[in-house]
Parts: sequence; structure tokens; C-alpha cells
Amino acid sequence: MATSSRSSISSAAAEMAKSDKWTVAGRSFSSRLIVGTGKYKSFEENAAAVAASGAEIVTVAVRRVNVSDPKQPRLSDFIDPKKITYLPNTAGCFTAEEAMRTLRLAREAGGWNLVKLEVLAEAKTLYPDMIETIRATELLAKEGFEVMVYCTDDPIMARRCEDAGAVAVMPLGAPIGSGLGIQNPVTIRLIVEGAKVPVLVDAGVGTASDAAAAMELGCDGVLMNTAIAEAKDPVLMAAAMKAAVEAGRLAYRAGRMGKRMYADPSSPLAGLI
Amino acid sequence: MSVDTSLSVRINGEERRLASGTSVAALMAELGLDARRIAVERNLAIVPRSTFAEVEVEDGDQFEIVHFVGGG
Repeated sequence: MATSSRSSISSAAAEMAKSDKWTVAGRSFSSRLIVGTGKYKSFEENAAAVAASGAEIVTVAVRRVNVSDPKQPRLSDFIDPKKITYLPNTAGCFTAEEAMRTLRLAREAGGWNLVKLEVLAEAKTLYPDMIETIRATELLAKEGFEVMVYCTDDPIMARRCEDAGAVAVMPLGAPIGSGLGIQNPVTIRLIVEGAKVPVLVDAGVGTASDAAAAMELGCDGVLMNTAIAEAKDPVLMAAAMKAAVEAGRLAYRAGRMGKRMYADPSSPLAGLI
Repeated sequence: MSVDTSLSVRINGEERRLASGTSVAALMAELGLDARRIAVERNLAIVPRSTFAEVEVEDGDQFEIVHFVGGG
């Protein structure tokens, strides 16, 4: 009896986890982990990490073709854009115009409207320039793009992005590539509470517990690159991140216990010998 | 017979000479690029893939040819 009820509970949990999809711009995804494709030692390692992460979306950059050596291996030879959604980014763009030029090319190259906008202010911090970001979001939305917007962890700026037409807001947990973890859980929670579009922590995750923490705050997903690519074993870390995102999500849905200032015994006090 | 190199263009920042009457499709073939995986910008305007065969390269054109690479 005990065994069958336990297994039915665990299969129910598996079923709940499976049915727990999220939707951005009308597209539904089961995986809440989006991974980058930069900084890997090889395309093979990159593809293995994407497979282990379970990600259904990967970010990609738009760059010049090497005209003098066009036969070099390409990302799409290893990660099939028919199976995994490519989310083109605007990494390296410092103005709205640069970002728009990049994404128009991305739309032509891939045929996709769903894009990741990041307009950075400076190389030192890679912090987003929110004035340019919001301006670009508005212009891109008018051109028919569906824009997932990298933004500061500021609830007011996140709302401005949403007002400008963002289909998702993606506040940084910490500076890009820093691996410092979520620095402002309070503002991330405020963004989640205020947003009508999906919220994904983008940047700053260093290890699995950071990803779980983002999900426990109620984020719809997490986007990361360096935490996996620069792990000693990227494929193993990708599996860890998959588990962490799923665990954090389940914990958020389960609703954590209240915190107490003092101890509270788990065993009954009555019947003590 | 001399090779026609009457057009001077810039592709991804590099100078190149092409025969007059070269279409964008012919340019892609000459560069060995698979047109399905790239995007072409000419003088800051996108050249739609469906028009590659009709669009002729003109002297002084500046091309950017891009594709997707790994990124975060």
C-alpha cells in the first residue's frame, strides 16, 4: 500500500512538472532554462552541454561570415535550429541603432521574430543602458519583433520595458559573466510580482543554487552561458542547472514554509518518555 | 582575354573586385556561401534572400554578410 501511494505521488509530481509549461510571445516551452552558446572549447562540447541542459532555446550572436574561409564548421552544424529555437542576441551593441541593425540581419538570416535585445552602456560593467534599451524595444516592437529584453534589476525599468512592448523582461542577477549569483533578490521578486510578461534572470548565475534561487523567487526561467561554459565539466554543470531550475520551480510552486526566528521541533512533544 | 574586374566592392570590410553584372546570388556562389544560412546587407539595407538572383552588385557597394555564431 505504502509503496503504491508513494509511487503514485512521485508520478503525479513528474506529471505536474511536465505540464508546467511557460509561454513567451505565444510559443510554449517545457524547459525553463535558456543557455548561451558562447565560450565553449568546441562545438561538440557546446552541443553536448545543450543536450544535458534540456534547453529548448539557445542564444546566438550575429557576426560576419569569414569570407576567406567559408568552409569552417558552423554552429548550426552542431545545434539544429529546427529542433532548438535560436534566440539571436545583440551582444556588443551599444546603441539602439546598432541593435536594430543586428536584429534585422538576424531576422533575415533565420526568419525569426523572437529576439533578445541587449544594449550595453560600457565594456567595464556590461551594464545595460536602459534609456537606449527602452528606445530600441519600442522601435523593434513596432517593426514586428518579439523582444525579450535584458534589463537592470530595477522594477521600474522592467515595467518601462514591458510598456515599450517587451514580450519578456530579463533582469540581470549580477554582471554578465561574473558568476556572482543573484545580488538583489528583493528587486527580482518585485519585478516578478509586477510583471505581466515572463521574467527570466539573465546573467550572473554562477552555480546551481543561484539558478534554483532565481526560480524560487518566482521567475519564469533563467538564462545563462558562462556558468556552464566555464565550469570544469560543462556537460555535468548543464545537467546540474537543469535539475536546479526544475527544483527551484517546484519549490516555488509548492510554497516554502514560513521562516521562524527560533527552533521548532519536528518530533511531537507529547508522549515523551 | 582579360578577366572583368570592373566593380570594386567592400565585403565584410575587405576590398574585392568583381565582374560587372554580378548578381548577389552569383557573389554568394563565388564566395562559397550557403545562401540559406546567412543574411546580406548592402549599403545598410537588407537584401532579401528571395531577391539574390535579381539584385546586381554595383560599383562601390558595401556588403555585410553575417551568420549565427555562439553567443550568450
